[in-house]
Amino acid sequence: MTQTTAGRPTGEPAQRKQRAQITARTLRTDRWWLAPAITFAALASFLVYGLWAIFDKSYFVEPYIAPFSSPCLATSCPEGARFLGLAPFGDWWTLPPGILILGLPAGFRLTCYYYRKGYYRAFWLSPPACAVAEPHKKYTGETRLPLIIQNIHRYFFYGAVLIALVLTWDAVLALRDEHGAWGHFGLGTLILWINVVLIWSYTLSCHSCRHITAGRLNHFSKHPLRYKMWTFVSKLNRRHMLLAWLSMYSVMLADLYVRLVAKGIINFPLA
Amino acid sequence: MGYKAKFRVWRGEGGEGGLEDFVVEVNEGEVVLDVIHRLQATQAPDLAVRWNCKAGKCGSCSMEINGKPRLGCMTRMSTFSEDETITVTPMRTFPVIKDLVTDVSFNYQKAREIPSFTPPDNVKPGEYRMQQIDVERSQEFRKCIECFMCNNVCHVIRDHEENKPAFAGPRFLMRIAELDMHPYDVADRKDSAQEEHGLGYCNITKCCTEVCPEHIKITDNALIPMKERVVDRKYDPLVWLGNKIFKRPGSSASK
Repeated sequence: MTQTTAGRPTGEPAQRKQRAQITARTLRTDRWWLAPAITFAALASFLVYGLWAIFDKSYFVEPYIAPFSSPCLATSCPEGARFLGLAPFGDWWTLPPGILILGLPAGFRLTCYYYRKGYYRAFWLSPPACAVAEPHKKYTGETRLPLIIQNIHRYFFYGAVLIALVLTWDAVLALRDEHGAWGHFGLGTLILWINVVLIWSYTLSCHSCRHITAGRLNHFSKHPLRYKMWTFVSKLNRRHMLLAWLSMYSVMLADLYVRLVAKGIINFPLA
Repeated sequence: MGYKAKFRVWRGEGGEGGLEDFVVEVNEGEVVLDVIHRLQATQAPDLAVRWNCKAGKCGSCSMEINGKPRLGCMTRMSTFSEDETITVTPMRTFPVIKDLVTDVSFNYQKAREIPSFTPPDNVKPGEYRMQQIDVERSQEFRKCIECFMCNNVCHVIRDHEENKPAFAGPRFLMRIAELDMHPYDVADRKDSAQEEHGLGYCNITKCCTEVCPEHIKITDNALIPMKERVVDRKYDPLVWLGNKIFKRPGSSASK
């Protein structure tokens, strides 16, 4: 039988009190606006780059494929760029092939618990910083549409794992030279491997991953293997914010590097 | 070496009042609460401030110092420059009784609304057998000293008084998470967390974690895990299907 912790009080306070009437939006004296301003600029720059990259056609040069356009799943992809040689979307897809898979990584980051904090503060000012009043008159949070959709995060996590597997495969293929012979290790190979390690670290540090491994259990002692996985993910999870930023910039820089090589702007040996 | 510090302290009753300026002596090693006490002793004998342990363990002296929720007894004066004006106000989210003392009964009301620990009927007191790894997760939440600064800073109710009936605040959502993670608790916490205590209002902006004087990872270890448990129950069709196929009655968390 469920019980409450204590009985209810016999009556309300004799006199209803009001909050302190302070008109200032905040009395903070530190530079509270700096963190949301940096977040705004960083996320906005990523969005601008992503928009450019998705329509840029120089996304493949043997043996590298730009992460924003991988997996390449349409007939319009160069033959060597197609994922496992397949083109399941055929030739009816005429838009840039990167758009086909954009939703998975974008949705994963958009619904990520860290990025939510970042953009709720920096873009929606809800709140801009702790103890700084938000400008909105009404607030319902994630209780109703559209923000209740944030609860879909774990499905994007599954999708993000698939994308991480694809990027890993791309990094393996980057160990071949432009003629397909194994043993190549150029600067691009190194950049793709660094990126893939950071992408995996960010993906596995996800709060949904932490929950799925064992967070949903109440008896860790009955599931020692899952508990070990949870412990590992929890260690990564403590650095989720750092990994979110590092992986965001690593994927952007790796993508840019491949495109510059494909355009011939970077053309030194072992590029 | 002592110096004269400039203080602005909010004074008033029942919400009406304003900031008053003081110049007060500060000595080496002192905290803000020491200076408030010196103000009481020398210039403002009727200044009201709630305090008790002076060791950061009772949660009584919650106030806002230069706009940030802090414990007066744990805020060293050495963290401010000598020419800085230090503004001290009561917690904004709760009604003021007098000066720096607020009426925090909102929190007691919310505490009463949460069903207490509910063990299975067939396990009697003295028969609980739990391993350390099963309980240590929720032990972190037991460090809470109930200073209510997390509820004070949370914009859901700080900026929206109208949300108070629907939202329990981080402190009590953490309490629900603590009970839901307990190996021997059988009460259904997930639906009620979302429907009755307003977990969906939390947009995980982590201010509760930032101000916690006990450094409890409220958001990462309590609120987000609780949100994920609610997703299991309410928003994940695969978990729903698994519960149907494998006949896991009542709970999405494997006990």
